[in-house]
Amino acid sequence: MSAPVLSRRFLLGAAAASLVVRRTFAAAKSKLRIGLLLPYSGTYAALGNNITDAMKLAAKEHGDKLGGREIDWVAVDDESDPAKAPANVNKLIGNVDVLTGPVHSGVAMAMMQIVRQEKLLTIVTNAGAQAVTGTLCAPNVFRTSFSNWQTSYPCAEVMLKAGHRKVVLMFWNYSFGQESMAAFKEGYAKGGGTVVKEIAVPFPSTEFQANLSEIVSLKPDAVFVFFAGAGAAKFVKDYEGAGLREKIPLYGSGFLTEGVLGAQGAAAEGIKTTLHYADALDNPANKKFREAFQKATGRNADVYAVAGYDTVNLLSAALDKVQGDTSAQKELIAALESAHIDSPRGPFRFSKAHNPVQNVYLREVKAGKEVVLGVALKDAEDPAAGCAMGK
Amino acid sequence: MTVPLRVRALLIAGAAALLLVAFSHDRFWLQFLGKAMITCIFAMSLDLLVGVTGLVSLAHASFFGIAAYLLAGLSNRFGFVNPLLTLPLCLAGAALLALAIGWLSLRASGVYFIMVTLAFTQMLHYFFNDAPGFGGSDGLYVNQRPQIGPLDFSNRTASYLAIWTALVLVYLFLSRILRAPFGHVLAGIRGNEQRMLSLGYPIGRYKLVAFVLAGSLAGLAGYLDATLYGFVNPAQFSWRQSGVLLMTVLLGGKGTLYGPVLGALLLTFVEHYGEQFTSHYNALIGALIIAVVLFLPGGLAGLLRSARD
Amino acid sequence: MTLSLFALQLLNGVEYGLLLFLVASGLTLVFGILGVLNFAHGSFYMLGAYLAYWFAERTGSLLLAMLIGLPLMVLLGLFVERFAIARLYARDHLSQVLLTYGLVLLFNELQRSLFGNEVHGVATPPLLAFRIPLGDQAWPAYRVLTAFACLAVAAAMRQVILRTRFGMRVRAGASNAEMVEALGIDVRRIFSSLFAAGAALAALAGMLAAPLTTVYPGMGEDILIVSFVVVVIGGIGSIKGAFIGALLVGLSDTFGKVLLPGFSSAIVYALMAAVLVFRPRGLLGQPA
Repeated sequence: MSAPVLSRRFLLGAAAASLVVRRTFAAAKSKLRIGLLLPYSGTYAALGNNITDAMKLAAKEHGDKLGGREIDWVAVDDESDPAKAPANVNKLIGNVDVLTGPVHSGVAMAMMQIVRQEKLLTIVTNAGAQAVTGTLCAPNVFRTSFSNWQTSYPCAEVMLKAGHRKVVLMFWNYSFGQESMAAFKEGYAKGGGTVVKEIAVPFPSTEFQANLSEIVSLKPDAVFVFFAGAGAAKFVKDYEGAGLREKIPLYGSGFLTEGVLGAQGAAAEGIKTTLHYADALDNPANKKFREAFQKATGRNADVYAVAGYDTVNLLSAALDKVQGDTSAQKELIAALESAHIDSPRGPFRFSKAHNPVQNVYLREVKAGKEVVLGVALKDAEDPAAGCAMGK
Repeated sequence: MTVPLRVRALLIAGAAALLLVAFSHDRFWLQFLGKAMITCIFAMSLDLLVGVTGLVSLAHASFFGIAAYLLAGLSNRFGFVNPLLTLPLCLAGAALLALAIGWLSLRASGVYFIMVTLAFTQMLHYFFNDAPGFGGSDGLYVNQRPQIGPLDFSNRTASYLAIWTALVLVYLFLSRILRAPFGHVLAGIRGNEQRMLSLGYPIGRYKLVAFVLAGSLAGLAGYLDATLYGFVNPAQFSWRQSGVLLMTVLLGGKGTLYGPVLGALLLTFVEHYGEQFTSHYNALIGALIIAVVLFLPGGLAGLLRSARD
Repeated sequence: MTLSLFALQLLNGVEYGLLLFLVASGLTLVFGILGVLNFAHGSFYMLGAYLAYWFAERTGSLLLAMLIGLPLMVLLGLFVERFAIARLYARDHLSQVLLTYGLVLLFNELQRSLFGNEVHGVATPPLLAFRIPLGDQAWPAYRVLTAFACLAVAAAMRQVILRTRFGMRVRAGASNAEMVEALGIDVRRIFSSLFAAGAALAALAGMLAAPLTTVYPGMGEDILIVSFVVVVIGGIGSIKGAFIGALLVGLSDTFGKVLLPGFSSAIVYALMAAVLVFRPRGLLGQPA
């Protein structure tokens, strides 16, 4: 007589067993468990993989030990699905010493609620939502990537300096796009520019033809957009297809071209973007990083990988200061707050709200390559609206 | 449909085991199994439609989502924390939405019905995603979880026990319904609509009632989910959520009520542990669904029924 | 909105609609005649696009890539029909939805393993890399070609279904498969060819669209839901209906984006719901 397929007794046994297993993880020099809440499937998988591989690269450069402890990577595929996010975060809480990730802002919001309560040391390695280091800022939360503000605000002055006084905005209508546009408008209005029209495209629609035709008839001085990934690739191609590339200069935050320059080909020629990183940055840390990443993965490093790389380097320095004791959270936080490193992106440190203080560069696509024209905003610091830390 | 004795024993043992976990105070297991139980309720509510009445609906996630968002709204905008107030309101909201969507969708039949339910769930998804003031794509926090007297449901054990109680009550309630004349009519509709029609039953009305009842129970699941996590998001309305739920019902064995419960539990565990074993986890799930559809159409419940021979 | 802008939006809507038609036509054929709800249809679109990218990259010619890729997709369609779809003919909708959804997961994994997660571009054929000016607007020649290609396929389909022996058998099989079989015609062969044709149509759409949309993971799902909407609006099994439905969806989506930007994503679904409320079988659908 065969037993029922799923015996509840088995479940209870498994439950009891894992309770025991969890409790024995108390030893001091035990492995350092780093949680990775990232997408490994779906549209954003490339980002999740780049961040992870860069983190592992940095770890290898430190001999696979941080603060004297061996690393145990605990990865959870968040599928960039906010509906599953609380459950996914809970898989890691209590199971890791440090939590890193995610890519998607909705997942980040779910994560923030839990980590702020549990006070787990968390490093946001991509999601740029303002709230993370704004209204929801917390001592145990750091961000090593960017805030949406940082990637868009500087472009306003760039465009004003270039003489573009009337612009059209076009963006995906979700938090990333909305916050980017709000930041741009802040800077643009300050300089006396006028936004002729704001075109919000429902996310994730990639049918741009109708709106591009609108832009042609509006005849602005320039266009500032937010799109990323495959949508950005299509947008740039469509922009050129509609005959706009030569007529109306196209600007955007760097995500417009990051990772999709190859796919865009000649259509991207002349696009100017602002971002806190560029492949072509000419500093020793970047050269070393890009070479090592290429060697280790066979792919080109990008802005997403840099955040992962810096995260581990920052953790390493901070953990060294506390001899790897992750329970000494106060000291760990203080160590991170006082960190100054030479990141591949340039000089890096944390603001009082724990967001990166970093240069934002102006880049232009020339002959199929992203060229750095200069620094659009030096030591850009997110205004951290709503954050009470350090104020 | 009688529940085999062996299965009955299994269910009682399972319920007891789940109840025991409530006293473990284990952070992880309380919320992991709490979520699993919510999925069980959600799956049972869909089974009422799919398994019992034969209506394949992709809109089910809408009712889950609307109740969750209603709780967030009531808590954030009005400061309502008493579940005796918020629960009925959220269930009523889900029921009303189910009434509206059901009335409109049931005008179509067969695959057209499936498509209309898809249309409505997508519209709701986009509404909560795009309309200003609802938190957008990032979602909303439920500022204050339900609280009544000394019972604060932001406490993990309290919410776990609430979910457990709901699960048991919903199961007993639905079993009752299935054995009652109403349930027999629904089963008759699934088996042969024409015959029921010719027997004089107003099947349209029965279907609508089933739809609203199922929708309300899905709303209950959504309410509990928002209580457990304190977070709501438009992704909860997407057709993918309904799709995964359909899979759960089929995997467990549709029409049996206990089948979807087992299916929900199984999938929750497979998802959690499967991920750790392979990165090709999605392909595994795909193969599993295909295998179940082709070779195990009765799902787990079917296996259990035949295993006793 | 000026007249010229209106005219241009009309063109935009029609062009989008025609591409939708190409995808939806395969879906409605399989749906209407084989009676199978195929959620994996979007995967054929995606695989077509990836094959176009893969071969175009290696041969330097999109046309060559299509000529190589299409037969491969036909073979894949036959294979899938033989081993998976054929078992669904007698099954209920839920089984069909779920099995084909399982196929989607498998295909996604296949795509990831073979082609990776990055976004890839496909170069527009150099012959067509020019623009057609329309007032102060411009239209890429490649888009125009795509639109004409879709029209040509539509016309060809009409010819095949209405004028050939094969088409006659398909129509007969659609109304009464048993009778057709009793007459000695191999209905199984017809069904397999139809499914393979459906897969090839979706793949062709993916190949044509590849230079426009770029090639990326998940591209099949985006188009799948919209195609279902088109098929349902038009009426299941009706190619003419799919044509009309596709144009309606294309136009309402386009004008929706310009006139009602806040609600444009919901418009297509509202349209479908409205059609079904008044015509529960779609515009040109057959009664059961």
